[in-house]
Amino acid sequence: MCRLFALTSRDPVSPMRAIDALNVMKEGHDGSGVGLFLSGLGGPFEEFGECPILSGIFSDSGLKRVFDYMSDKGFNSKYSVLFTPETEPPLGTPKRGIYASIAFEVPAEMKKLSKDDLGSRLVRIRLDLRAMGEQKNDIMVFSFWPDTIMIKEVGDPLAIGEYLRLGREELYARHILAQGRQNTNYAINLYACHPFFIEGVSTMTNGENTAFVPIREYLQSRGVTGYEGYNSDSEVFTHIAHFSTKKLGLDISAYKHVITPMNDDEMAGHPDRAFLSGLKKSCRKLIIDGPNCVIGCLDDGSMFMVQDRKKLRPGVVGGNPEIGMYAFSSEICGLNAAIPERDKSKDFQPMHLDTAIVRPDCREVTKCSQKDPLRLQR
Amino acid sequence: MLAERPITPSTLSVKDLPWQIKWDINTCTKCGRCTSVCPVNAIELGVFRKREINAPMGLSAKPTTTFSTFYGIRQRTDPAYSCIGCAMCNMVCPNNAIRPERQYDSTTLEFQNNRGGQSRTRGGRRNNSESLLDQIKFIRISMLTDPALDAGRHEFEMRTLLGRVLSPEAELKALRENGWMPPVREIYPLVIGGMSFGALSPNMWEGIQMAVAYLNEELNMPVRVCTGEGGCPPRLLRSRFLKYVILQIASGYFGWDEIIHAIPEMKEDPCAVEIKYGQGAKPGDGGLLMWYKVNKLIAAIRGVPKGVSLPSPPTHQTQYSIEESVAKMIQSMSMAWGFRVPVYPKISASSTSMAVLNNLVRNPYAAGLAIDGEDGGTGAAYNISMNHMGHPIASSIRDCYNALCTAGAQNEIPLIAGGGIGKHGNLAANAAALIMLGASMVQIGKYVMQAGAGCLGSEKDRCNVCNIGVCPKGITSQDPRLYRRLDPEKVAERVVDFYLSFDTELRKVFAPLGRSTSLPIGMSDALGISDKDAADRLGIKYVI
Repeated sequence: MCRLFALTSRDPVSPMRAIDALNVMKEGHDGSGVGLFLSGLGGPFEEFGECPILSGIFSDSGLKRVFDYMSDKGFNSKYSVLFTPETEPPLGTPKRGIYASIAFEVPAEMKKLSKDDLGSRLVRIRLDLRAMGEQKNDIMVFSFWPDTIMIKEVGDPLAIGEYLRLGREELYARHILAQGRQNTNYAINLYACHPFFIEGVSTMTNGENTAFVPIREYLQSRGVTGYEGYNSDSEVFTHIAHFSTKKLGLDISAYKHVITPMNDDEMAGHPDRAFLSGLKKSCRKLIIDGPNCVIGCLDDGSMFMVQDRKKLRPGVVGGNPEIGMYAFSSEICGLNAAIPERDKSKDFQPMHLDTAIVRPDCREVTKCSQKDPLRLQR
Repeated sequence: MLAERPITPSTLSVKDLPWQIKWDINTCTKCGRCTSVCPVNAIELGVFRKREINAPMGLSAKPTTTFSTFYGIRQRTDPAYSCIGCAMCNMVCPNNAIRPERQYDSTTLEFQNNRGGQSRTRGGRRNNSESLLDQIKFIRISMLTDPALDAGRHEFEMRTLLGRVLSPEAELKALRENGWMPPVREIYPLVIGGMSFGALSPNMWEGIQMAVAYLNEELNMPVRVCTGEGGCPPRLLRSRFLKYVILQIASGYFGWDEIIHAIPEMKEDPCAVEIKYGQGAKPGDGGLLMWYKVNKLIAAIRGVPKGVSLPSPPTHQTQYSIEESVAKMIQSMSMAWGFRVPVYPKISASSTSMAVLNNLVRNPYAAGLAIDGEDGGTGAAYNISMNHMGHPIASSIRDCYNALCTAGAQNEIPLIAGGGIGKHGNLAANAAALIMLGASMVQIGKYVMQAGAGCLGSEKDRCNVCNIGVCPKGITSQDPRLYRRLDPEKVAERVVDFYLSFDTELRKVFAPLGRSTSLPIGMSDALGISDKDAADRLGIKYVI
């Protein structure tokens, strides 16, 4: 099963902290891959807060095609980090080329667009670049969004971390999602490696979602740019989080009401029963069938964890408000490794009704139960 | 046969008949029960004369001839009285001395069953035992990737939605603005399909209604039953049990005068209203209750004179166009109950099903679409309609579900599949396959008669006399001498039995697939079939 580790911190930290935590949890994964989502960037990218950052893997010619395409669209690069590994890749990792993160200035006419329209334009560009890359196998794009870098590779997380020198200062970030293990339920493909990302929302999941196909079909029929791909059953969790928060305008505390709505007994005495039962019916196609643990990050830097009632070993969240750092981990040993100096009695394992949220100020774990009155509008 | 008897084209021998009576003189007690129980008078008391020749040994005495008479059973060979294979003779025989046997190479009767220019009519369903649904396997078994569930221990959400479900955006808008929300019922996905009061005997109806009440009130299974076109007994209309009933209106509007007048006195709204435009057994044809079955009670409930045949027209008289027929009628019926009751049409599966569906997607009051495949059963229809008209249910449901996915309305309009589900007893497997192909629920009729009341009909042309009121089990007869054979309590017991067993079996399908939180509607990745063309057509996996 995939091992998940997420770190949220008031100050930027090295992604290697998360990779080390994955390494501690190695017993439970086969070391077949790693995926990283970084936001709240420190380092040089911090200056380019509004500029969407394109992150992916490119061959030389692929990178040239990317720049040509982007300048056609009126995007000029403002800052780029192009990393070409100097050493031989670890066993099982292919030699790919340039691991790049490039911040682009949004063209003036696009700046006039509404936030939603600009968002879907950026998604469209990412999808176009992905499609271009799939034709010639020279471009892989994982994200194109402000203050966001994504890195994915096949191989052992720690070895990849060293190979790609993920401790570089330009990758320091306040919010880090890290996942160890390729998705082996479907074809081995970097696009099937979580975390997944769309318009500022990123999630990663372990377990298997057996309701994947009907959910995929439903999302695809929403007419939302970017609801495609689905090389993994986990990608739907990201898109449901996006749909719930961005398209329906629900608070993240309502995400769980969408993916794992309460049953009649649980809902019986709820003050918002009418709302919840309506939501359950209208979002019935988005009900997941786990066991799954989902850890995600929203565009405001809030990080959350939920799991369904079938999850036998729930994930855990804990941290230290003094140093302003919290971690979400699929296994408790990962949390122990990353933040040993914390009050362990305050560690929280969200149960089947709970959502654990840590806001970007990293002061506390907010615990929401589905039985609580709703706080819906964002 | 005497030598001088004329041989006409319709003169048949016993060998020409599909069902032949085997009778054992040694065990027969001559009690006469078999001849009196035979619903079609295929057997009668026979007085047989027998010549015996005694040829003694030796040369002195001459051979003598004696004649004796014995009594027994004679099978009639007149096509009008041919044996239907129901085997009631065997059921009542104290000594097991008589039984019908099927001769598959005896087909002569099929050429003689239209005497007087009257085409054959019958009850039952398509006389063809093929079943694509039986070929579908559930192949996506979770074991290590996702631990399989325990069918007996875990909780399973088995309910489905009947009614127009709003899109998430529209739902939130309606909640915010306190707008109108279409009625939606949470029901059990196995619905007892429309079998009218008239097609079924009072005892059968009573048994079904008792079972439905028990399932709902004692076992917490929200099972619903459709009335079929024949109205609804007045006391049921005015009882709290009406909420378990789907009222059907069809082209004859039989019984609707009574229903409309009962509305002010109704304690509960009905579960839903089904507008029948077609049924799988006889697509493009109306219902038919033959005069044999229209007794005083039926006539009263339907609001017609007794003893007349009641054919429903093939189409609704108000129909001018699809919008006229579907949209206006749905609106009118919704209005009758203040828009508190889901209203949906039922059609025969057809290559034109999609046109109806597309119309419904644009109609905000449409609460679903019931599609009845070619294997659906009926109380009375022309043999040719039953055997040759219609469209299989599997591809019809799949096409409609795919069309809904394209329109983004797959959660908004529930599809109700019917026709041949449980044809060979595999009720849960067939239902699960249809659900995974895209149906929100399934409807059964013939299975209820077979499992719930011991109907003898089969796809091998056995019995099939539902149309003429002589049902040997009393299921489809209006003759008290026949339907008193059926104990409503026992019918209720059997219906509850098969519902419970269905529920267990459905869990035994869903649990290994790792599905428990919602009904796996459209989970086509779980399905496989060893027929490449069928796999391609349905968009499921080809497995060998």
